[in-house]
Amino acid sequence: MLLITCPYCGVEAEETELHAGGEAHLTRFGPDSSDAEFTSYLFHRENPKGVHFERWRHVNGCGKWFHAARATDTLEVFGTYSAQTTTPPKDILDTIRAKRPGFRWRDLT
Amino acid sequence: MSTRVQTQGRLINRDRPVSFKFNGALLKGCQGDTLASALLANDQMLMGRSFKYHRPRGVVASGSEEPNALVGLGEGNRFEPNQRATTTEIFHGLTATSQNHWPSLNYDVGIVNNTLSRFLSAGFYYKMFIHPRPFWKHVYEPFIRHSAGLGKAPDKDARDADRYEHFYAFTDVLVIGGGVAGLQSALTAARAGAKVLLLEQTAHLGGRAPVDGGTIDGMDPDAWVTKAREELDALPNAQIRTRTMGAGVYDHGYVLGYERLTDHAPEMAGPRHRLWRIRAAQVITATGAIERPLSFAGNDIPGVMLASAVRDYLVNFGVSPGDRTVVVTNNDDAYRTAIALVQAGLKVPAILDARPEGGGALMEEAKALGIGVETGAAAVKVKGAKRVHSVCRGVQAGEGEVLEEIFCDAVAMSGGWSPVVHLWSHCGGKLNWDAAQAAFRPDHTRAPTSHDGNPFVITAGSADGEMHLNNVLQNAANAGKTAAQRAGFDSGDIDAPGADAPDEAPLVPVWMMPQGAKKELRMKAWLDYQNDVKVSDVQLAAQEGFESVEHTKRYTTLGMATDQGKLSNINGLATLANALGEDIPQVGTTTFRPPYTPISMGAIAGEARGEIFQPIRKTPMHDWHEANGAHWEPVGHWRRPYAFPKSGESVKDAVHREVLATRNSLGLLDASTLGKIIVKGPDAGRFLDMLYTNMMSTLKVGKCRYGLMCTENGFLTDDGVVARIDEDTFLCHTTTGGADRIHAHMEEWLQTEWWDFKVWTVNATEQLAQVAVVGPNARKLLEKLGGMDVSKENLAFMEWKDGELAGFPVRVYRISFSGELSYEIAVPANLGRAFWDKLLEAGQEWNITPYGTEALHIMRAEKGFIMIGDETDGTVIPQDLGLDWAISKKKDDYIGKRAQARSHMTDPRRWKLVGLETLNGSTLMDGAYAIAAGTNENGQRNTQGRVTSTYHSPTLGKGIAMGLVLDGPDRMGEVIEFTAGGDDTIKAKIVNAVFFDPDGEKQNV
Amino acid sequence: MSDVQLALGGASFDGLVQVEELAGQGMITLRGDLTDDAIVTAVRDVFGVTLPGIRETAIDGAQGALWMSPDEALLLCPADLARQKTDDLSAKLQGAHALVVNVSDARAVFRLKGTMLREVIAKLAPVDMSPGAFGPGMVRRTRMAQVAAAFWMDDASTARIVCFRSVAAYMFGLLSISADEASAVNHFTR
Repeated sequence: MLLITCPYCGVEAEETELHAGGEAHLTRFGPDSSDAEFTSYLFHRENPKGVHFERWRHVNGCGKWFHAARATDTLEVFGTYSAQTTTPPKDILDTIRAKRPGFRWRDLT
Repeated sequence: MSTRVQTQGRLINRDRPVSFKFNGALLKGCQGDTLASALLANDQMLMGRSFKYHRPRGVVASGSEEPNALVGLGEGNRFEPNQRATTTEIFHGLTATSQNHWPSLNYDVGIVNNTLSRFLSAGFYYKMFIHPRPFWKHVYEPFIRHSAGLGKAPDKDARDADRYEHFYAFTDVLVIGGGVAGLQSALTAARAGAKVLLLEQTAHLGGRAPVDGGTIDGMDPDAWVTKAREELDALPNAQIRTRTMGAGVYDHGYVLGYERLTDHAPEMAGPRHRLWRIRAAQVITATGAIERPLSFAGNDIPGVMLASAVRDYLVNFGVSPGDRTVVVTNNDDAYRTAIALVQAGLKVPAILDARPEGGGALMEEAKALGIGVETGAAAVKVKGAKRVHSVCRGVQAGEGEVLEEIFCDAVAMSGGWSPVVHLWSHCGGKLNWDAAQAAFRPDHTRAPTSHDGNPFVITAGSADGEMHLNNVLQNAANAGKTAAQRAGFDSGDIDAPGADAPDEAPLVPVWMMPQGAKKELRMKAWLDYQNDVKVSDVQLAAQEGFESVEHTKRYTTLGMATDQGKLSNINGLATLANALGEDIPQVGTTTFRPPYTPISMGAIAGEARGEIFQPIRKTPMHDWHEANGAHWEPVGHWRRPYAFPKSGESVKDAVHREVLATRNSLGLLDASTLGKIIVKGPDAGRFLDMLYTNMMSTLKVGKCRYGLMCTENGFLTDDGVVARIDEDTFLCHTTTGGADRIHAHMEEWLQTEWWDFKVWTVNATEQLAQVAVVGPNARKLLEKLGGMDVSKENLAFMEWKDGELAGFPVRVYRISFSGELSYEIAVPANLGRAFWDKLLEAGQEWNITPYGTEALHIMRAEKGFIMIGDETDGTVIPQDLGLDWAISKKKDDYIGKRAQARSHMTDPRRWKLVGLETLNGSTLMDGAYAIAAGTNENGQRNTQGRVTSTYHSPTLGKGIAMGLVLDGPDRMGEVIEFTAGGDDTIKAKIVNAVFFDPDGEKQNV
Repeated sequence: MSDVQLALGGASFDGLVQVEELAGQGMITLRGDLTDDAIVTAVRDVFGVTLPGIRETAIDGAQGALWMSPDEALLLCPADLARQKTDDLSAKLQGAHALVVNVSDARAVFRLKGTMLREVIAKLAPVDMSPGAFGPGMVRRTRMAQVAAAFWMDDASTARIVCFRSVAAYMFGLLSISADEASAVNHFTR
């Protein structure tokens, strides 16, 4: 059972306090978007074996959404960070680059 | 015969006899006995019958690895099948019954399966019973059901009489196993300052060391264990839990511990089992090793036991399994058993050592005691039926020529030791094959890793593959030091005690005895006792092309019984490897899965049973409903009254009465469960415009508006009335089931997408009790209560006001879900019951009638109002429901808008909402389909619509329904056919969905 | 007002600890930036305490504040003052970006008294209740069995637990069975 630290309240929370929210950093496409853009936004998701960026909510806790960088194969958590960002912070990317050289995730390397 | 001897018995108290029952017979044991040792002391070697062939089976092992001695324990509400006699501590009044036999343990008619055994080989289910098909139901299944299976399920009316609980614990270092290795690891880690929790599955610490001998720091192992325990007990940062098994190791240091509190003493109060939910920075598995059986013909005859088990019963419980015990081995350790037996005055006619050169110091010691040792020898077969009669000696290198028949009543066998790597492997720890020890050992370079990417499991002692006492302790101290260091505590020097024990000669792997055994011998050589899998079965599977160990396991059922193959695994895969001509590591192991041994369902459920099985949400008026005969309807976790049947009244009649009373005079509904979310901030209007399909930002302060919410993929997800409280503040009502979900939905968009919006939300649902006062006399009732002006002029339809009614602080909404004159009144929850009582009292003169959810549903359906969950099912968009009027055309965007423009959503063939009336006035079936001409590719009738809500309307005296129908709104007056159960159909006319008061005159008075 | 009726009417249970449904606990939810000076000042003026840091409590007699999230606090006062204080704080925060809601009736409050309270909570919540990890001055929002809850310790042998009013009976059932006299774990005490 996963253990993930909420960056807002600092609690190292077990999975039963958390709610998984799927892939992180999606760009919302609204009424002006093309079918392809909207389809991609609504349905297309990464399914990596390895580094992944996810949304979680500390639902049985402070209630805050946050982001987590996590390996789907080893379940290692590289770090958690604010929900109010469209891209992972540099320190977390540096950590991942050091631990998983050559990783790729969407446009991130 | 097996009996209690006069010496030994370190775990029993001979002065404390304990009486218990086995198969109805009253027997006596001693305090400290396990059920297995007590049965052996009473010469009850036969403890059960095997799964497939009903062969007589005796106890083989002395611990949790036991495959044979499974019994039913207890009676009635406390009956539990498949309990291991070897791990059951006896107590006064214990009742045990043997399993899988008929009519009796001693005489079983199922033994005829023995003669059918050639038909019951590997994969027999697949091969024998395929054709002819009708035979399955009438011949094969009854036969298999009658003859196979272990314990019986408890009676269907029985209810577990015990209670259970969970406990969350956090520790730096968790040590699983309280043998000398576990104790040493715990000592080293605790001395370094780490918080240590040690779990031991039995009632005793020390593990095998006190039985196996040697000295630790010059002390008897028992004395060292006592000293270690005293030191740990004195350390504030260490804790020991006995009778607590480490059941499973999971991700990120999560471990389940299974504590059996009262199994050994049912008269004790308190929970029976406690499930420890442990989070450990580091886990040390000091789980020891399990001895392997040897594969020779007749190795399942009662009286054939593991050499270590024979020694355990003698040393721990003072029980001898037999007067004359032949020892069969491929290693030195089994010599300890021979020596212990002879020292206790019992006979060991021979030691058959498969190794051509025999053993080391222990062999010399045995010889010095006068025990005859045959090297390069094999047990060709064991003879006997319900008890060992003799062992036929041959040579291990041969094919089974019998050189000598040795008469005996017990056989102690040893095929070497396998480290218990289960807990290491649960969370991904990998193994290496150690050819010298013929065992899989943990590969420290491939340990399970935790959330930080670092290893979090360490094996210690013989679980790590160390077998010599001195190495075990050294290894364990190292494990303790490593664990403490990883958890952030430095212990400095290693503090392992020195230990003395005889050096042992290497073993020689023996997977078949004798190595060239002929087929008739292999067909009697058991690998998996519990599932009746033999050497010949695994060889047959290999012949038939099963190369993967995982496939062979499922085909033969090897290792799939309740013991999960603790004894059979390594022998089975070695047999498979030999049959395939491959090396053992190439064949690999099957997956080790938790729990280590079965744990009770009660422990998993914990406290969740009876009244607290799940949270039941109750409104402030719940007790009144309960006291007034509410027929309950679960809505999410809420309980809402469905109706209030009076004494002698049916639920249906009550609903009928409630509807008419409300329509004609005055009804009262507990609407407290409706969600109430406060949304405030300079951007609140802008935010709600994105959330609802309607334009909410233009709503005037003091007014209400009905709104729709969709998901991003366009589907209608919730509805409710929004009230504007002030310029910056809105109150959003949600459905009963929707409050938490919609509040979470709001927070998600605010926190993760529109974090620049200045908006705060609070879910105030439970702060307020809410009561709907409904019916032509609603206003009169409120005027009678007094305190505020509720006239049409001052509080018009779709307005709200704060004020007082009968002294209660209230907020009154003039909204209607029934089409009647209606007020929804919110009061603080703690005043809810008093306000409810006040309304009932004051409303008597108008025959005030509390109504439930069914009357609510009927009245809304009479008005053609949709209900989330009836008209919607996650595939319906507002446009399907004719709710286009609630979709703002002026807004650039709202959640779901883009999706509703997708081609499938704008398809004119989408089914649309209409009203439906049967021609004969009867009521349509819920969910009935409208039938169209022709059939689809599967031969099913085509459909053109379906019923979403259907009721008998008391107001109109006929059936009314709503449904989604192809081109429905354009087909008014057309009659179409609906399914009516089975092949029946019923005709219904398409009508306007507003059945009652279409102009809304009643609610606008 | 005599019409006030708690969810369980002040139920109590005596076991490993004393469990009591607490009457008279006023609770007000504040949403806003807890580091905003205007908000800190307004709370101090109305509740007499300084807003606490992350997962901390600030309690002065019957008044106090609990940290719930970076933008949420639970303010405490006597229940009969809750309406007035809600209005007072709202008035002081007029113009600031904040939301103040009286939630006194939305919640049930239980008081645990007794040194075994750590164990009773540890049977229900996935929280390290050892004295080194949790103690007076701290607050924790979490899950207790199947419902959301928050708790804090007033002193070594007193804790308060807050849950939603609708599940008060469930919470009382959980606490009572966990406080069963015969179920001591003796994990935190020997």
